[in-house]
Amino acid sequence: MNIIETSALVKTYKAKGGRIHALDGFDLAVAEGSVEALLGPNGAGKTTVVKILATLARPDAGTAVVDGIDALRDPKAVRRIIGVSGQYAAVDENLTGFENLEMVGRLYHLGVRRARERAAELIDLFELTEAQNRPVKGFSGGMRRRIDLAGALVIRPRVLFLDEPTTGLDPRSRMAMWEVIHNLVADGTTLLLTTQYLEEADQLADHISVIDGGRVIADGTADALKAQIGGHRVEVTLVHAADAGRVQGILARHGAGQVTSSSEGRSLGVRVDNGPAALQSVLGELNSSGIALHDAGIRRPTLDDVFLKLTGHKAEAGADDDELQEAR
Amino acid sequence: MSTRTLDYTEPGALVMWFSDGWMITKRNLLKMKRSPDMLLFAVLQPIMFVLLFSQVYGGSIAVEGTDYTQFLMAGIFAQTVVFGSTFSGAAMAQDLKDGIIDRFRTLPMSGSAVLIGRTNADLVLNAISVLIMMGTGLLVGWRVNTSLSSSLAGVGLLLLFSYAFSWVMALLGMSVKTPEVINNASFMILFPLTFISNAFVQSSNLPTPLRIFAEWNPVSALVHAARELFGNLGSAPVPDVWPLQHAVETVLIGAALMLVVFVPLCIRKFASISSR
Ligand SMILES: Nc1ncnc2c1ncn2[C@@H]1O[C@H](COP(=O)(O)OP(=O)(O)OP(=O)(O)O)[C@@H](O)[C@H]1O
Ligand SMILES: [Mg+2]
Repeated sequence: MNIIETSALVKTYKAKGGRIHALDGFDLAVAEGSVEALLGPNGAGKTTVVKILATLARPDAGTAVVDGIDALRDPKAVRRIIGVSGQYAAVDENLTGFENLEMVGRLYHLGVRRARERAAELIDLFELTEAQNRPVKGFSGGMRRRIDLAGALVIRPRVLFLDEPTTGLDPRSRMAMWEVIHNLVADGTTLLLTTQYLEEADQLADHISVIDGGRVIADGTADALKAQIGGHRVEVTLVHAADAGRVQGILARHGAGQVTSSSEGRSLGVRVDNGPAALQSVLGELNSSGIALHDAGIRRPTLDDVFLKLTGHKAEAGADDDELQEAR
Repeated sequence: MSTRTLDYTEPGALVMWFSDGWMITKRNLLKMKRSPDMLLFAVLQPIMFVLLFSQVYGGSIAVEGTDYTQFLMAGIFAQTVVFGSTFSGAAMAQDLKDGIIDRFRTLPMSGSAVLIGRTNADLVLNAISVLIMMGTGLLVGWRVNTSLSSSLAGVGLLLLFSYAFSWVMALLGMSVKTPEVINNASFMILFPLTFISNAFVQSSNLPTPLRIFAEWNPVSALVHAARELFGNLGSAPVPDVWPLQHAVETVLIGAALMLVVFVPLCIRKFASISSR
């Protein structure tokens, strides 16, 4: 059974130059107990989806249903069963970590005693013990993030929405967050999370929806998507830009896609099917052609590669459109 | 899978309305307690105003039918509570900016609780201000010349007006992009509103256009009503305009109007706002 279902969601915002289509016919179905990742670049519409499902925003058209409840008709019933941690931590700066969680519990109407017990449990779970009695004001971004996430878990929600839960966390905290998420999911919570990192979606999600321009442009398991993208990329950085032409030819012969190059032409790369083997043969050929290298290596596919493959254009960073840099 | 969710029984609508509103009031009061600079400002500013005006201008501003300190106090009370209400707007804008509103709006709480908690907390702050000002006023020679019940009614009227005005400001606070806008706007609007009134001078001494503005200014009605209820009117004739001839009624009607219009508007607005 699908616990989250949206169909044909449209959401536009007024902007200087006209209207922005944040969502443009967005469809999603998430099975109960599964983890769904929305993967997309800045401005893709990830936050807008989360806000609509979490009853924070209303779409212009389309439907959003959570656990059989129409989120647009009966937002309050949805709020009773969801937990939300938005892209930016929603915590009260002047309350302590404990008071923040207690307040959330009280506002879920757990009662004084249950709210306090639950706050204490979550402080333990998120290792916030030293910070529990200090106002949030003095906390680092990572601590704030953890309090916010703890706030989303107060009622052990049936459906959890996490909007870029690890953005801004250091690698260690990110791992810790993944661990917490793994445990939650093992308990049966349905999770919808957004991320800009393929690796994160890969680690956490059962199913991934790649979104761009307010629409799902591809979806499937991590393996299925990766198979579409191809395994690895081989990348080389040249000492002399003048060699670029010859290198392009060599890469094209060993690669399984179009060769891309940086704007100054000294870094080139191509998608390959078998990373290590391709790297060896490329290096062998470059060596015998006497081409000097600064750097060479294999890289796992990134979101950019997904985009390049799926849309034919590079992921654009919101308003500040990067110029397309591919050598066509 | 429903066994996983913490099961809890939701209280009835009325209990929820009350307890959610109280939670947010408590949260806001705690916040005030934890920002000493703000609290100091809220306490010192009224003391400063009372002392400045009564000691600096007291000797040189003559008012008809009473002495300046008696005349002044109701004006300062009214000005202070009106300015105090703008805090509701700034604080709503700040909460929106901080993102905590998004948390509240994803919780199954009463839809008016955040607004009720906001305006309640500001009512408490205003009540404290009024008490401090009354104390300071008594020290510099101000006297209440009416019964206890009449003077309590005076305090009640000041607080009722400021409470209703808090809702107006709360709506503004939810409609602007940054808290600073509220502070600037309130200075642009409230300074003229409180100074072109009978708060600090008798309106009869003003040049005609300003006098007419002052006589119809709702702040003047509030000041006049407070003077009346504290027994500070003296023997000066009351200007012949309805709002000042019926100052108490004017304030009651004004406050009721503000509440009837702005409470529903605020609740509706709240249901659609979100940070960033
Ligand atoms: N309140 C708003 N007013 C105007 N435009 C908005 C608003 N919220 C979002 N947008 C626009 O809608 C589009 C989608 O935004 P959204 O925040 O959903 O993207 P996102 O995928 O979450 O991006 P990011 O990775 O940067 O968080 C963007 O172009 C954004 O600028
Ligand atoms: Mg976002």
